[in-house]
Amino acid sequence: MTATTVDTNAADHDDHDHGPTKGIGRWLFSTNHKDIGTMYLIFSLLMFFIGGSMAMVIRSELAVPGLQFVHPEFFNSMTTMHALIMVFGAVMPAFVGLANWMIPLMIGAPDMALPRMNNWSFWILPIAFGILLSTLLMPGGAPAGGWTMYPPLVLQTGDAFPFLIFSVHLMGLSSIMGAINVIVTIINMRAPDMTLLKMPMFVWTWLITAYLLIAVMPVLAGAVTMLLTDQFFGTSFFLAAGGGDPVMFQHIFWFFGHPEVYIMILPAFGVVSEIIPTFARKKLFGHDSMVYAASCIAFLSFIVWAHHMFTVGMPLTGQLFFMFATMLIAVPTGVKIFNWIATMWRGSMTFETPMLFSLAFVFLFTIGGFSGLMLAIQPADVQYHDTYFVVAHFHYVLVPGSVFAIMAGAYYWLPKWTGHMYNEKIGKLHFWTSTIFVNLTFFPMHFLGLAGMPRRIPDYSTQFTDFNTIASVGAIGFGLSQLIFVWVLLTAKKGETATDRVWEGSHGLEWTVPSPAPWHTFTTPPKARIANESFE
Amino acid sequence: MIRKSFWGLVGLVMASTASAEWALNMPKGVTDLSAETYDLHMMVFWWCVAIGVVVFGVMIISLFKHRKSQGAEPATFSHSTTAEVIWTAIPVVILLLMSVPAAETMIKLEDTRDPDLSIVITAYQWKWHYKYQDEGVEFYSSLARQSVDARRRQSGVDVNGVENYLLDVDNALVVPKGAKVRLLMTSNDVIHSWWVPELAIKKDAIPGIVNETWFKANEVGTYRGQCAELCGKDHGYMPIVVEVVEPEAFKAWVNTRKDGGANLASAQ
Amino acid sequence: MTTHSDEHYYVPHGSHWPAVGSLGLLFLMVGVSSWLNGAGAGFYIMLTGVAIIIFMITGWFAAVIGESESGLYNTQVDASFRQGMFWFIFSEVMFFAAFFGALFYARNMSIPWLGGESNNFFTNLLLWEGYESTWPTNGPGNIGGEYETMPPFGLPLINTALLLTSSITVTIAHHALIAGKRTQLSIFLAATFLLGFVFVYLQGVEYIHAYQDLNLTLSTGIYGSTFYMLTGFHGMHVTIGAIMLTIIFFRVLKGHFTTDKHFAFEAVAWYWHFVDVVWIGLYVFVYWM
Ligand code: HEA
Ligand code: HEA
Ligand code: CUA
Ligand SMILES: [Cu+2]
Repeated sequence: MTATTVDTNAADHDDHDHGPTKGIGRWLFSTNHKDIGTMYLIFSLLMFFIGGSMAMVIRSELAVPGLQFVHPEFFNSMTTMHALIMVFGAVMPAFVGLANWMIPLMIGAPDMALPRMNNWSFWILPIAFGILLSTLLMPGGAPAGGWTMYPPLVLQTGDAFPFLIFSVHLMGLSSIMGAINVIVTIINMRAPDMTLLKMPMFVWTWLITAYLLIAVMPVLAGAVTMLLTDQFFGTSFFLAAGGGDPVMFQHIFWFFGHPEVYIMILPAFGVVSEIIPTFARKKLFGHDSMVYAASCIAFLSFIVWAHHMFTVGMPLTGQLFFMFATMLIAVPTGVKIFNWIATMWRGSMTFETPMLFSLAFVFLFTIGGFSGLMLAIQPADVQYHDTYFVVAHFHYVLVPGSVFAIMAGAYYWLPKWTGHMYNEKIGKLHFWTSTIFVNLTFFPMHFLGLAGMPRRIPDYSTQFTDFNTIASVGAIGFGLSQLIFVWVLLTAKKGETATDRVWEGSHGLEWTVPSPAPWHTFTTPPKARIANESFE
Repeated sequence: MIRKSFWGLVGLVMASTASAEWALNMPKGVTDLSAETYDLHMMVFWWCVAIGVVVFGVMIISLFKHRKSQGAEPATFSHSTTAEVIWTAIPVVILLLMSVPAAETMIKLEDTRDPDLSIVITAYQWKWHYKYQDEGVEFYSSLARQSVDARRRQSGVDVNGVENYLLDVDNALVVPKGAKVRLLMTSNDVIHSWWVPELAIKKDAIPGIVNETWFKANEVGTYRGQCAELCGKDHGYMPIVVEVVEPEAFKAWVNTRKDGGANLASAQ
Repeated sequence: MTTHSDEHYYVPHGSHWPAVGSLGLLFLMVGVSSWLNGAGAGFYIMLTGVAIIIFMITGWFAAVIGESESGLYNTQVDASFRQGMFWFIFSEVMFFAAFFGALFYARNMSIPWLGGESNNFFTNLLLWEGYESTWPTNGPGNIGGEYETMPPFGLPLINTALLLTSSITVTIAHHALIAGKRTQLSIFLAATFLLGFVFVYLQGVEYIHAYQDLNLTLSTGIYGSTFYMLTGFHGMHVTIGAIMLTIIFFRVLKGHFTTDKHFAFEAVAWYWHFVDVVWIGLYVFVYWM
C-alpha cells in the first residue's frame, strides 16, 4: 500500500517516464494492460497444451476399439477436464488477453480503466486452475461428470467435488471482473473522436461479449452453488422427491451455457473482422450491420438454451419455441459471413498467415454453423443428440473457429507486441498442417455420430473403428502442429524489425504507435479520425 | 485445399446413401417417424450444401480473382443496403421452409396417445429394467457376457472377434411389429438416455420423472442402441437391443416369459 | 459521454493487493473444500483465507481512499469507478436471478409436473401417486418432515419496513451530503446502518424460530431450499452492505467526501438500494404469494 502511494507521488508530474519494475514483481503486481495481456496469453497457451494433452489421452484411447490405456472413470475425467480447461482456461483467457493488449491501443486509452482489478482478474486464474488440476490427484479422481456437471451424476464425484465447484466460482469471478473492466474501458476511455460507431469491430464484439459475461457468469455461479448445497446442506433443488427437478439444473446451466458459446465466438468474429479488411486492402463491409448482427446474436443467445435439452421431455410448446429461436440465429450469423465475403470481394488480397487463418475460420466456422443448424431441428436432434455429430459440430466452431481466430490474432499483432516480424514460412507451415489435420480430426466425427456413436464413451463397437482411427491420427497431427506455433513464438524476436504499420493495409490506432508498442502508449488522447480515414 | 477435403467428404456422404453397410449417414430406420426424421435431416443437409456452394463459391472466386498478385486494385465500396436486405431475407425464407416440416414431425413425435402396448423402462447404473405394463412381464437387460469378458483392459480378447461388441445384451426387449409401443422412461439413480437409432427414439430417463415416447416398428428385426447420456463409469456399457417380432411370436414370447422361461427371448 | 481532461488518467504503478487477494482466495477455497470433505484442518485454512482477504480488502481500500483523498482521481477515474460499481451490482442481480429462476421453475414447472400436469401424467401416477401440487411444498417425498411456513405478516413485514425505511434514510443522508449538512448526514447514515443491523438481527431471530419451532430447515424440500438460499444470500448482502455503510459513516466523521465528490458514498448507497429491491422481490415471492 505504501509502495503505491509513494509511486503515486513520484509519478505526479508524469506517469509515463516509468518503465517496468524488475523481477517477478513486474508480473505479480502488474497494473499494465500490456503485461497483463501477455500473462493472459501465455497462461492460455499453457492451458491449451494441458487441455490438449488430455484430448490426446482421449484420442489415444479411442484410436482402436477395446480398452488400451485408461480406465473408464479416468477417461470420463479426461473428457470433463479437457472441456473445462479448454473453455475456461484456454479460449476465454486468450480473448481476454487480446482484449487487454489491443482494446486500449485501439481506442486510444492510456490503460484499462481499472488496472488493479485487471491484475486480480488474471491472478485468480492460476489459482482456479491450480485447484482444478489438483483434483487429478484426489481420492475418487478428478471430476468425471462431463463439463456440463449434470446432477445427480456430478454428485457422485469424490473429494474433488467441492474443489470443482469453487474453481468454477473463481473462474466466474475472474471473468466478471475482466468483463467489467472491458465495458468500463470501452465506454469511458475512448479517445475524443472515437464515437461508438467508429469503434473497430474487435472492440465492438468484445463490448457485447462483456455484457454477455456479466449476465451469465453469475448464473453459472448460482447453478453450481445449488449443486454444492444439494450435496452438503440437504437442499433439494435437483431432487424430485423434494419438489425440485434434476432438469432444472440443465435449464440454469444452459441459460449460462449457450451465451457462453457466443462468448467464445464473438471476439473471434471481431479478430477476423480486423484481419480480413487489412489483407483485402479494403474497408470492412457493412460495419454498422456487423454491429447490429453481433448484438442480435447476443440477444438471441439468451432465448435458445433449451436446444441442448431436446430429449429431456419438455412440453411441446417449449420445444417448438426453442427450435424456432435457435434457427433464427443463422440469420445474423449469416450477415457476418456475407459481410466478410463482401469485404474480400474486389479487394486486393494477399495471404499472410493471419489472413490464412482468418479465411480458414470463415470456411470452417460456417461448416460448424451448418451442423449447428441441423442440430437445431428438434426431431433430427433426437438422433444427433449426445453423439459424435455434436462433438463434430462444436469442435468445428471452437477449434477452427475460436482457436484459429486466436491464432490469426496472435500472428496479426505479434509484430506489434515484439517489434519483429515472425517467420512467415514457419507461420504458413503451421497454418497448413493445422488446417489439414483439424479437418482430419473432426470431419470424420460427423459420420461417427450419424452412424450412431454416442459421445463420452471410452470404448466402442467395432464398426466405428475406421473413422476413429482417422480422427486420432488427425488429432495427433494437429497437436504436433501446435509445437510449430511454439517455435514461432520462441523465435519471434529474431525476425526483421517491424515497422509501425506492420501490414501494408493495416488500419486503426494500434498501427500508429511504434512496434513494439511502448510500455505506456497514449500520453495525450489521440485523434481517432486519423485512423479512421486511412482507407479514404 | 479446404475446399477439396470438404467436397470430398460431402461426396462420401452422398455415396453412403447408396451403400448401406458402410454407415456414414443416419439410418432411415424402421418406423414412419424415423423415415421422416431421416428426410428432415437430408433436407436440411441439402439446404446447407446448397448455401455452402453459393457462399463458398463466391468466396473462392474472390480468392482467386481479387488477389494482389493478379494485379487487383481494391474497390472502395463498403456498404450496400440492398445487398444486406437480400442476404437477410433469403435465409429467413429458407429457415421458414425448413421449420414447417420440422414442426410437423415434432408434433407427431410427441403424440403418445392410444398405445397398443406400454412398457415402463427404468434405468440403473448400468443396466435397463423393462416392465410390460399389461402383460405382467418384467426383466433386467444388461451387457452380454461376451462383451463383458472382452471389454476389460488386457482382457486378452480381441474385441474385433466379438460379435456385436458392446451392442449385445442378455435379455432383449421384444415388441410386436406394427403395434404402437409407448415407452415410459424413468431412472433409479442418475440420468440416462434410451436410444435406438433405427427407431429414431432418444429419451432421457430422469430420476423422479417419467418421460413418454413411442414408436411403431414396421419391420421385423433386431435393432441396437446405447445409453446416450453420461451416467458414470460404465456409461459406454449399457446397450439396448430391441427385437421386433410378428404379433403371434410376441404372444408366444409373453407366454413363455409368464411361465418363467428365463432366457427364451434371446433364443428367438 | 466520455469525460476528457488534459490531466492524465491515474494508473497505479503496481500493486500487491490483488496478489494478496488471490492468495487469500486460494486458502479460502481450499480450506472450505477440505472442510466440507471432512478434513478438520480445512476449517483453519479457511479462517486463514478469510483473514488474508480481510487484510487485503482493508489494505486495498485504504490505498484507494488515500489516493482519492490526495486528489489523484480526476472525473474520468471517478466515472470508471461508477460504471464499474454499476456493472458489479448488475452481476449480483444476475446471481440472485439464478435463485429466483429456481424458485419460479419449481413453483410453475416442476411441482405441477410432479402433480401430473402437462406431459407428466405418468410421473404422478407411477412415481408420486397421490401427490398434489401445491405451494409451499417440501415435495412428494415429504423431505425434511412436517413443517410450517413462515407467515408473511409477522417479522418479515417488520423487516420490510426496516429496509424500506433505511433506503429512505440513506437517500436523505445523500441529499444532506450534497447540501453540505454534515450533521444531518451522519445522523441519517448512522440510522441507515443501524436499521440494517437490526434487520440482520431479526432475520437471525426468524431463522432460529423457523428451525426450532416450525421445523422449517434448509432441507425442507424445495420450499426450505429456496427460502433459505434466497433469504440467506440476501441477508449476507445486507450484512456486507451494513458494514460498508458503517465504514462510510466513519469516513464521514473523519471529514471525507465533498459535496460533489463522494463516489464511495454513492456506491454504497446504490448497493443498499439493490439489496432493498431484492428484498421486495423476496418478500413478494418467497413470503407472501
Ligand atoms: C463457439 C461455439 C459455438 C457456436 C458459435 C455455436 C453455434 C451454433 N450452435 Fe452449437 N454448440 C456448441 C458451441 C457452439 N455452437 C457447443 C460447445 C455445444 C455442445 C455442448 C455440450 O453438450 O457439451 C453445442 C451444441 C449445440 C446444440 C445441441 C446439440 C445437442 O446436444 O443435441 C445445438 C442445437 O440446436 C446447437 C446449435 C447451434 C446453432 C444453431 C448455432 C448457430 O449460431 C450457427 C449459425 C451459423 C450458421 C448457420 C452458418 C453461417 C450462416 C450462413 C452462411 C447463413 C445462411 C444459412 C442458413 C439459412 C442455414 N449447438
Ligand atoms: C475450446 C474448446 C475446445 C478445444 C480447443 C478442444 C480441442 C480438442 N478436442 Fe475437445 N471438447 C471440448 C472443447 C474443446 N476441445 C468440449 C466442450 C468437449 C465436451 C466435453 C464433455 O463431453 O463434457 C470436448 C470433448 C472432446 C472429445 C469427446 C470426448 C468424449 O465425448 O468422450 C474429443 C474426442 O476426440 C475431443 C478432442 C479434441 C481434440 C483432439 C482437440 C484438439 O484441437 C486439441 C489440440 C491441442 C493439443 C494436442 C495441445 C498442444 C500440443 C501439445 C501438448 C504437444 C504434444 C502433442 C502430442 C503428443 C500429439 N474433445
Ligand atoms: Cu446410462 Cu449412460
Ligand atoms: Cu447452444
